Amino acid sequence: MWLYLVRRLFLAVAIVVLAVTLLFVMIHAVPGDPAAIILGPRATPELKAALHAKMGLDDPLPVQILTFFADVVRGDMGTDVFTQRPVSRIVLGQLPFTITLILTSIAWAALVAIPLGCYSAIRRNTMIDKVTGVLSVGTIAIPSFVMALYALLIFAVLLKWLPAIGAGQGGLWDAIRHLILPALAVGIGWVGYISRIVRASMLEILGENHVRMARAFGLPERRIVFRYALPLAILPTVTVLGVGMAHLLSAAVFAEVVFARPGIGGLIVTAVNTRNYPIVMGTVLVTTGLFVISTTIADLVNAMLDPRVRESL
Amino acid sequence: MTQGDAALLDVNRLSLDFGSPRGRVHALRDVTVSVPKGRIVGVVGESGCGKSTLAFAIIRLLAGNAEVTGGEIVFEGQNLLDLNARQMRALRGQRMSMIFQDPMTALNPIRTIEQQMVDIQYRAPGGQAGKRRHAAEALDRVGIPDPESRLQAYPHQFSGGMRQRICIAMALLVEPALLLADEPTTALDATLEVQIIDLLKDLQRDIGCSVLFVSHHLGTVAELCDDVVVMYAGEVVERGSVRDIFNNPGHPYTQALLQCDPGRIRERTRHLPTIPGNVPNLLGMPRGCIFKDRCPHVFDRCRHERPAHHAIATDGHTASCHLLDQTAEAPA
Ligand SMILES: Nc1ncnc2c1ncn2[C@@H]1O[C@H](COP(=O)(O)OP(=O)(O)OP(=O)(O)O)[C@@H](O)[C@H]1O
Ligand SMILES: [Mg+2]
Repeated sequence: MWLYLVRRLFLAVAIVVLAVTLLFVMIHAVPGDPAAIILGPRATPELKAALHAKMGLDDPLPVQILTFFADVVRGDMGTDVFTQRPVSRIVLGQLPFTITLILTSIAWAALVAIPLGCYSAIRRNTMIDKVTGVLSVGTIAIPSFVMALYALLIFAVLLKWLPAIGAGQGGLWDAIRHLILPALAVGIGWVGYISRIVRASMLEILGENHVRMARAFGLPERRIVFRYALPLAILPTVTVLGVGMAHLLSAAVFAEVVFARPGIGGLIVTAVNTRNYPIVMGTVLVTTGLFVISTTIADLVNAMLDPRVRESL
Repeated sequence: MTQGDAALLDVNRLSLDFGSPRGRVHALRDVTVSVPKGRIVGVVGESGCGKSTLAFAIIRLLAGNAEVTGGEIVFEGQNLLDLNARQMRALRGQRMSMIFQDPMTALNPIRTIEQQMVDIQYRAPGGQAGKRRHAAEALDRVGIPDPESRLQAYPHQFSGGMRQRICIAMALLVEPALLLADEPTTALDATLEVQIIDLLKDLQRDIGCSVLFVSHHLGTVAELCDDVVVMYAGEVVERGSVRDIFNNPGHPYTQALLQCDPGRIRERTRHLPTIPGNVPNLLGMPRGCIFKDRCPHVFDRCRHERPAHHAIATDGHTASCHLLDQTAEAPA
């Protein structure tokens, strides 16, 4: 396990380095002068030259990449073009809101979906299985921002049960009340999706030879389901959850905009609108990091569950 | 078959269908097999003739689309087909156990050998340590070196032959009255096969259990079994003691099987003999004898009338062939 851990973390670092390099090259391959874009109509040749020098745009590309990495490692992601505040401070200030939203969404979705999928597999073709099947396909098909809008209209505007906008002013309870609707909107599609995956893999595992063998020894069905089948059936789900982080992030961006919640979503939208290039770069960097962290965690969980994975890397 | 011994298992005229999109597959038809106490009964036949289906029908772990349409399975005096799920589960892993055809997939990939071997002793009294010791002893008996430390390993860390030994150790650990062995050596190479057969023989002698030994390899059956049942396309075509079947086969199918067995071929040939033709489709069973399309001795009666079992000798050697019908005149 330890060997796997070390190797997998090494791989994660390598992925981050590669992704950031690619990102950097891509941004610089876009035609047009970033300085001209940042300065907009105010651009005079002198101002441009000064900004070039400040941003290091005159250096050769490899030097720029290295400087960029050195800066990132020191936690320096440049400064906001308008407020001159450090980008890292701005992005990291918004990050906890987004992470809270994502983790809450995925946690409630998984907690509901895994038992549901399991139950549907064990009691397949019963009423409950068929109803969850139809509902799942429904929730998967509806985009999360539509969910967010309806949740907002029904529970906040019409019924006035929960607050409509923001993330709460003070106190844990207020924060939780503000979290419920966005988390509902982001997570609900995942309930359908995960429960279908769990159901499918559970059905497959329950039909496998080793489950029949366990039954041939008269093991209690509960033990077969929870100790023999579920840990195996959960493996694909864990991977999907890890990779699904990218999808969740985009769903969270929509929810944050709809509910006017602070977070990476609002930050990206305003930064893109105002061409705030360092902020865009910083948010993309952080979300890339999040993605790598989530896939790494998913792989580590799988390695904990499955000895064959531990020996594979 | 020998008389005197009370039968442990009596499968009487068992018929069984599988539902399929193309219609009902009549996988077993009027199958009668008797396993006396302490004896090893072999079931032989080509691939697809229903050997595994018979074994799974006995332990009642058939696929969901299977339906028993007739007959009974009497084990220790009770008809297994009448038992509910809980009563059936009480027999599995206690009075009967099974060795599966494919050792590569029979063990759970994410549980250690120890966990799985301790799990199957869940009904036994005593603590974890005792069960663990029991498991190690069982591994030692089937010839797994260094069993104490191998208990910690996962199935994928063993070879196919080792995994089959583990499966045998598990099946015999529970000291069953009846062991169902579904081609335990088919997935292994020939030298391993001999070792596994010897091992099964020794263990059976120690425990004194009865064995239903499924195989498509006549040599193995001759080596291990007391009695033999020959199956063809879902029916029993001949039964008798090993000596009867091998020295005096009554059914043309059994005769053909023996001729095709590479171990018994005397002359040097470049081609292994085979039985011409194919196993009939089990969807809609035609009238008459099931072997008629491939039988060298086929005559008119075979096409219309299904043959009954006729005695060949008084010791229970029977075959289902019109040629053995003493009451009818011989065909022209
Ligand atoms: N679940 C099922 N649904 C439909 N048909 C089935 C099913 N299981 C088995 N069969 C059919 O029943 C017949 C007997 O199959 P079975 O597996 O018992 O053969 P076998 O004698 O064990 O063969 P092998 O030597 O290859 O293991 C075959 O024709 C097979 O196609
Ligand atoms: Mg088989």
